[in-house]
Amino acid sequence: MKYLKETATLKYFPEKCTGCGRCGEVCPHNVFSMSRGKAVVAHRDRCMECGACAKNCDFGAISVDAGVGCAAAVINGILRGTEPSCDCGGSSGSACCC
Amino acid sequence: MKIVSTIDTAQSLKPLQAGGVCCGPVLSTRGGPAMRSYPYNGRYPAWITGEINSAEGPVPVAATVLRPSEKFAHIRARVTNFRMRFSVEPGLYAVGSPDRSSDIFISANYKMSFDILRSSLHGMNAWILVLDTGGINVWCAAGKGTFGTDELVKRINSERISSLVDHRKVIVPQLGAPGVSAGQVKKSTGFHVLYGPVRASDIAGYVQSGYTASPEMRRMRFAVMDRLILTPMELNPAMKKLPYLIVVILLIFGLKPEGIFFRDALSGGVPFIAGAFGALFSGAFLAPALLPFIPFRSFALKGWVLSMAVFLLMINYVPLFMFESYYLTAIMLVFFPLLSSYLALQFTGASTYTNLSGVKKELKYGLPLYIGGTIIAVLLAAAYKIQEWGIL
Ligand code: SF4
Ligand code: SF4
Repeated sequence: MKYLKETATLKYFPEKCTGCGRCGEVCPHNVFSMSRGKAVVAHRDRCMECGACAKNCDFGAISVDAGVGCAAAVINGILRGTEPSCDCGGSSGSACCC
Repeated sequence: MKIVSTIDTAQSLKPLQAGGVCCGPVLSTRGGPAMRSYPYNGRYPAWITGEINSAEGPVPVAATVLRPSEKFAHIRARVTNFRMRFSVEPGLYAVGSPDRSSDIFISANYKMSFDILRSSLHGMNAWILVLDTGGINVWCAAGKGTFGTDELVKRINSERISSLVDHRKVIVPQLGAPGVSAGQVKKSTGFHVLYGPVRASDIAGYVQSGYTASPEMRRMRFAVMDRLILTPMELNPAMKKLPYLIVVILLIFGLKPEGIFFRDALSGGVPFIAGAFGALFSGAFLAPALLPFIPFRSFALKGWVLSMAVFLLMINYVPLFMFESYYLTAIMLVFFPLLSSYLALQFTGASTYTNLSGVKKELKYGLPLYIGGTIIAVLLAAAYKIQEWGIL
């Protein structure tokens, strides 16, 4: 299953990559693969912007606007004029965030 | 076995604070650093089978076989708001009889997360270090940062893990990685973070193969069962809002120049009430269930086309929905597929492959259409009433 094309905010800076392989290990959608001692973004459209790769790259070679892709959270954010906030307390929540 | 009573063990379930953590109770956090916490302070729930002595004092031993009542609680947590009160006390637990060389698995204090982990460790000797995530599962808590570097570092220190074991590694579920920086944990505590497999059921294989996870173990799946298990939480909130829609439908059909007539409300309203149920079922259940088989990548579009197909079938083949008035047919085809689309879009929150940028994009185009479509449906209803009353 793939989500929308070319929306993911994943950025990769190969010049900073040391080829440690952490990003490939933590990514739940196999976005990275390793080639000649460096990471390669092989499946950008699979990225769900979870942020695991950027958080675990010790060399700052990856950046991504991490967040939960949850419509309820985005609508919440729009209504309150804030960032998307998953406030699923009470009856309003879908399975989002739990 | 002696029960150690010490410092700072008063713990209670606090009600969810307004604006607080989403989807879960806030378990009280303990005081300063380097204070070992004793979960439940010796007043153990039934799934604790005893205590084991460790270098750092007694540690409660958790059963690795879930009892029927616990499995039932899992179903309750899937279907109702019970999941917001479904937590265990953070701290250190044992399964089997672990020693100074045993593995340390990190978990969240959502009881479902903890239960799945401990039952996957059946037959093994291991430590489980439960972080305080406010009763939220690993993945969601990692996204919020409550399952994160700071809490992990704090627990490794406060539970004195470095004197509990001789090795220097902790096994963190891969789905916790969005909250945990392995490098920072290493720097602050000396412990290496090993990322375990996505699914706890792969843990035995992961440990046996020398702490390596196959690519398959690293992938998040979203199979039909994974999706179905999430649909109650889509249907439930939608069902709660349905009565409002039903009242509006009854009012529209019951309203006459002479007053509100219940008989007309019912006879005219029934097809639309059935339609509302259909839209809900299509958007919150069928669309998630059939997700990969519906064309388009956008959830909003998937929800819309599926529901449109359903309603086109209904107005052509089901007598209840074969209206004489074109207005009624139009209302049905304008409003209900949009409602389903909106509901299907909500499923982005539960799906395991949507991203925030994509959802924002869907809403950017979707919201104006939802609002516009609702206005058109209201105008059509007005036109229908005007025609019915013969005003024009
Ligand atoms: S984690 Fe960073 S440094 Fe390591 S391979 Fe990935 S991008 Fe390169
Ligand atoms: S943000 Fe998550 S899904 Fe996207 S590449 Fe990084 S680890 Fe993979």
